[in-house]
Amino acid sequence: MQVNGEYKPLIVAFCCNWCSYAGADLAGNNRLAYPENVKIIKVPCSCRVNPMFILRAFQRGADGVIICGCHPGDCHYTSGNYYTRRRMSLLFSMLNFLGIEKERTRVEWVSAAEGAKFAATMNEFTEAVAALGENKRLEDLRCKR
Amino acid sequence: MQKITADMLIEKAVSLLEAGTISRVLGWKKGEFDYDVTPYVFADAESLKKDFVFDDFCGANFSKYLVAETRKAEGKVLVFLKPCDTYSFNQLLTEHRFDREAVYAVGIPCEGMADINKIKEITGDGISSLTSKGDKIVVDTIYDGEKEVDFASVLAERCVSCKSKKHVAYDELMGDEGDITDSARFDEVAQLEAMTEDERFAFWQSQLSKCIRCNACRDICPACTCEKCVFENPESPVENKAISDSFEEKMFHIIRAFHVAGRCTDCGECSRVCPQNIPLHLLNRKFIKDINSFYGEYQAGAEVGSRAPLVDYTTEDIEPGEAVMKGEGENA
Amino acid sequence: MQRIGVFVCWCGSNIAGTVDVQAVSDALAHEPGVVHSANYQYMCSQAGQNLIKEAIEEHKLTGIVVCSCSPRMHEATFRKTAAAAGLNPYMVEIANIREQCSWVHKDMATGTEKAIILGKAAVAKVNLNAPLTPGESPVTKRALVIGGGIAGIQTALDIADAGFPVDIVETKPTIGGKMAQLDKTFPTLDCAACILTPKMVDVAQNENIRIFSYSEVTDIKGFVGNFDVTIKKRARYVKEDICTGCGLCTEKCPMKNVPNEFNLGMDNRRAIYIPFAQAVPKVATIDPEHCNMLKNGKCGVCAKVCAAGAIDYKQQDEYISEKYGAIVAATGFNPISMDKFDEYAYSQSKDVITSLEFERLTNAAGPSSGHLVCPSDGRHPHTIVFVQCVGSRCASCSEKGKEYCSKICCMYTAKHAMLTRDKYPDTEVYVFYIDVRTPGKNFDEFYRRAAEEYGVKYIKGMVGKVSPENGKLHVQASDLLADKQLHIEADLVVLAAAIEPDKSARPLATMLTASMDTNDFFTEAHPKLRPVESPTAGVFLSGACQGPKDIPETVSQAGAAAAKVIGLLAKDKLTGNPCVANSNELMCNGCSSCERVCPYGAITYVDKEFRMPDRTTKVRRVASVNEAVCQGCGACTVACPSGAMDLKGFATKQIIAEVDAICK
Repeated sequence: MQVNGEYKPLIVAFCCNWCSYAGADLAGNNRLAYPENVKIIKVPCSCRVNPMFILRAFQRGADGVIICGCHPGDCHYTSGNYYTRRRMSLLFSMLNFLGIEKERTRVEWVSAAEGAKFAATMNEFTEAVAALGENKRLEDLRCKR
Repeated sequence: MQKITADMLIEKAVSLLEAGTISRVLGWKKGEFDYDVTPYVFADAESLKKDFVFDDFCGANFSKYLVAETRKAEGKVLVFLKPCDTYSFNQLLTEHRFDREAVYAVGIPCEGMADINKIKEITGDGISSLTSKGDKIVVDTIYDGEKEVDFASVLAERCVSCKSKKHVAYDELMGDEGDITDSARFDEVAQLEAMTEDERFAFWQSQLSKCIRCNACRDICPACTCEKCVFENPESPVENKAISDSFEEKMFHIIRAFHVAGRCTDCGECSRVCPQNIPLHLLNRKFIKDINSFYGEYQAGAEVGSRAPLVDYTTEDIEPGEAVMKGEGENA
Repeated sequence: MQRIGVFVCWCGSNIAGTVDVQAVSDALAHEPGVVHSANYQYMCSQAGQNLIKEAIEEHKLTGIVVCSCSPRMHEATFRKTAAAAGLNPYMVEIANIREQCSWVHKDMATGTEKAIILGKAAVAKVNLNAPLTPGESPVTKRALVIGGGIAGIQTALDIADAGFPVDIVETKPTIGGKMAQLDKTFPTLDCAACILTPKMVDVAQNENIRIFSYSEVTDIKGFVGNFDVTIKKRARYVKEDICTGCGLCTEKCPMKNVPNEFNLGMDNRRAIYIPFAQAVPKVATIDPEHCNMLKNGKCGVCAKVCAAGAIDYKQQDEYISEKYGAIVAATGFNPISMDKFDEYAYSQSKDVITSLEFERLTNAAGPSSGHLVCPSDGRHPHTIVFVQCVGSRCASCSEKGKEYCSKICCMYTAKHAMLTRDKYPDTEVYVFYIDVRTPGKNFDEFYRRAAEEYGVKYIKGMVGKVSPENGKLHVQASDLLADKQLHIEADLVVLAAAIEPDKSARPLATMLTASMDTNDFFTEAHPKLRPVESPTAGVFLSGACQGPKDIPETVSQAGAAAAKVIGLLAKDKLTGNPCVANSNELMCNGCSSCERVCPYGAITYVDKEFRMPDRTTKVRRVASVNEAVCQGCGACTVACPSGAMDLKGFATKQIIAEVDAICK
């Protein structure tokens, strides 16, 4: 998205309540900076993230979407993130098949202890998305400002 | 191999009707032209004898029709299933979409169906009749008179890449049983995977922009049997009934393919009915190819009750990042 | 339309240092639904909370957004505040503008802008919130323990001691399990029977415990606090309440050649039998496969000799239905079959035995009355070879054995070796091992005593082949440390067979909708933090059905499972999490996708009548969520293709509203 004529990638991060949201909190506790255009949406588990949410974010102007959950094996609900892993593997492969830049989507496992990983991931992901430029391939022109 | 004819099927249907085994027959009805055969429910011998057809244009997969038809009245529905249709039949049973007891399934062999568009490319428009003659089809046209086309050259795409001539479900089998075939059905997907990102985007942009959102692909799809489709549900975030932006073209087809991923039997009906000739089956096949490559071979509908890959997992599954790379095929 | 109040917290300078809180409350005041917007130094303080309470009353707020620290910090606080002011606690949303904004961004302008967007997302969500009330369900104050080994016995005793009735269901004619078959127990070498049988008697005498022996669970319905269980009490052809256990029938029965399973087939029992002297319940059981009377109506000796008149050849299987609040799986383990390990000649020679068979051979109540003899001819063995890890740690041969370590073998083999050397000092004892694993209190000391004081020859290396030759066993093995091949003429070879979960565990897990790993061990709700609970609420795990365990570990886990059961049964009713899945029946296809991904078995299907457009009614299968069992992960919502499944508190519409607010 454009902010004051300057391109700043808007990143929507879906974070599971138990691990990754807590990891993001820990990044805050440790004052580990990451770009302000990363906006977090809390979900109970990464398996709550419907592919429709991801497309919706792109439609409305997101430049990258990242889904963060507990590490495989550590899911609060025992198996939620295993379903996330399958769903997102297939969805992202399909988006790539349609020619949508694969760097715009990512799944990352971030535990409640990995504040540093959370910040580093967000910095790195934002940079990767910034390098791609604006999301043109999954945009909805009617939603443009 | 014994060739199954319409008369044989009519005879079978009539005898089952008379025996009281079934109360109605889901079959193909003669259309206005020889090639626009229509699915129809026959309730008596007279209408069967008058209108029932079985020829090179009986591509329609009847499995999905059973969802609505079995709910309508008492008694069993006789359905004729080609090998590929039996996979959809099983998948619907796995999903409890109709009562197996309400159906009498007769498996019939299939040597492939013809694609009228391919015929028209050869003969031009104005076809007045089509007659099967050995491995040829005799086409009579109002402009150019009679022409002969090779049946093999006008075989529908889904039949060219036929995955199985073996029936996986039936109460009774007519004719000979075939085998699972070693098809090259993923070749086209692999070709697309081998392209660059920009080329793939350009390809799909041009294909999907043809979409007029007639919903034919959805309506024919035996995996799309939802009581209410998300695209028609005002409560859903993707409700939209017409396409007014290129985003919506992609969203509709991505979500539709995702919803049937792991459940799609690759029957090819979506591409068959698409009036814009968008190769929609490639989206489904991409998912099937990825599923096979990520999680091991899986054929939806091969057996009733199997666990679809998206409602299953192993602790060692591939990570999404690696999956995307692997999904680019050997070329990555 | 909601009437929303926005409360922006400064958190001293924690937020206000990087976020212009006034600008945030001003900006959010104009959002849809917002009728009041304020900021204050410390919202979580008593004064701050009072501010919220007053605003709720004054402005008749229907929802509030607190822009403050992480919801993990104070969501509970503000929910209580709202509830105190009469607002449903689930009408509160938190915008995390501290941990996820002011603390990670340095610039006031960007921090403020982000805080406003996060606040807008929270307002958008709260606009779609609905009051939620946690469901309540009653608790049946009775527990079921499935399996009557030491795990089940300890769990049942602990639950009963707390005053709750417990039923034990055991498939065998007696409780006691594997421990009853053991001779001595490591590392203290007290006799298993001496410490186990008093507990078995305690169980029999405890007024709160009922034993269903020779029985199995055939059906389980319901959910936490409210399980409906059917127990099949198999006909034992002996009236349990009349039989005195005198054992006369078991001496007079003419069928003498039935392999005795309690002694692993190393001797025989009669067709009517009591497994062992201290069996509980001590009643006879007729084995219908071998009883002539039951097979062809010819005999009746036992009925004639039974003074009590307990024999009943017409007895039928009985089905008992009972309600339980909690279920404990304690189905235990078995050694794996040695069929696939023919290199050790188990099927070729009677003198190749498993460790459990060795236990029976050394047990005073065993087939040889405790004399260590070769089963083939009864001679005293002079050379014994113990082979460790037979089928355990088979990473490369998982079709043959198990990938995991069976955990107990190192210690019991050390025990067997030590006891042999102690009682028969003239016997040479070899132990072949991959590694010796002895983590446990006094375990390593025990092993070292065996090796150092008792002269047991520990050799690192595996046995390649055992071949019966001239009445002896030729053992070919490698000594990895000395790097040489060994050839030993042994009299007895003892195989430390891997252990695996009992075969009854898999069907039980299916009935319980409890999850299992690939080895058929029950899975814990959390491997570290909830090790004795199954992910299925109300189902607890005790003993080796959860993973290989020795007796001390089993007993401690059994006690832990009992504590969890007691905690559950002590409640009069269960309050659920209100953020649960709910299914729109009109849209549900009944396809089972949601059921298949649910980790808790919270989804079942019901046939429901629907009115069709043509005014007829049709029955359709639709999903139904058990709110007492659902934990609210949302896996089902994405598995559902029609979108019939949604999650309260994290509804599709709510999340989409947040996405839209953030991306605007």
